[in-house]
Amino acid sequence: MTDIEQQLREAALDLPTESPPLAERADEEGLLDVAYTSVDSPLGPLVVAATPKGLVRVSYTEFRGEDEVLEDLARRVSPRVLEAPARLDAVRRELDEYFEGRRQDFDTAIDWSYLAGFTREVLRATARIGFGEVSTYAGVAEAAGSPRAVRAAGNALGANPMPVIVPCHRVLRTGGSLGGYTGGLERKEFLLRLEGMLL
Amino acid sequence: MNLPPFQALLQEHRADVYRFLVATAGPSEADDAFQETWIAALRAYPRLRRADNLRAWLFRIAQNKSIDAHRARGRRAVPVAAVPESPSAPPEPEDESLWGRVRELPAKQRTAVFCRTVLGMPYDELATLLESSEEAARRNVHEGLKRLREELEHD
Repeated sequence: MTDIEQQLREAALDLPTESPPLAERADEEGLLDVAYTSVDSPLGPLVVAATPKGLVRVSYTEFRGEDEVLEDLARRVSPRVLEAPARLDAVRRELDEYFEGRRQDFDTAIDWSYLAGFTREVLRATARIGFGEVSTYAGVAEAAGSPRAVRAAGNALGANPMPVIVPCHRVLRTGGSLGGYTGGLERKEFLLRLEGMLL
Repeated sequence: MNLPPFQALLQEHRADVYRFLVATAGPSEADDAFQETWIAALRAYPRLRRADNLRAWLFRIAQNKSIDAHRARGRRAVPVAAVPESPSAPPEPEDESLWGRVRELPAKQRTAVFCRTVLGMPYDELATLLESSEEAARRNVHEGLKRLREELEHD
């Protein structure tokens, strides 16, 4: 007879591992501080995340790994981070429509509360640049209330936690050159081309 | 304090917690106990002061939910008309499977036996889980296994 410990280990292999879902219950209990999911796009997979108040993150997975993004959300927003696609259904649909050329403006709510100071002002000003328009770093700095803080505006745009939805790709260098883009310049070009701003 | 995203904890331990609950609370209680465990963990998570020993912390919650499930099942049990002839004799296990027998052990022995034999949990971690000394943790494993061995030899 095999020993009891061996028998227990063997019996454990037959135990079911298919466990019930949790995200919906967590949301009902008000514990789903950050819901995230992965969304496919022509620019590669995106991680999108939202609090109960609105969107807090869109990130190019190929540029910055999902683990890193989730750790950042745990630190900045709340460690209660769970994969919960349901909260992001509307954002996913809007992104799909946008990339298919059927949508110009995003209706999804944005949670601005984790952005502070000048960064927040710059990104809010950026969010007001419409489809088919472009602005400049200087223009955005001015719209944010500090016309001389052009470099700081550039830094704020470089740290944009919600690219595409907060359209930092519509901000160019004075004189028309593209400037930079977190996620890679080829993505900025793709988005501007999609919006008819680049041939 | 930098806590990992809760999803990382869930991914790493979800299957083990579920197996633990099926083994110690029973298949019919496991789904509810599983949800209760994770919801309680999620509720308490941001207030955790330390990120080491997360598994011990999690399984302590799971153990508590398993004990709750045992109690609830006890309350639901249909009373029998006849009193057992010898009140001191241990009740016949309803479920003669190995896990059925594990479920008849005292709570700490159930936890100790599962975590040690199935998860290979080190004794210091098991002691943290059980909120006991390492010596007491060893004793719980030893006593639980001894009782299971004896029962199986009697068959």
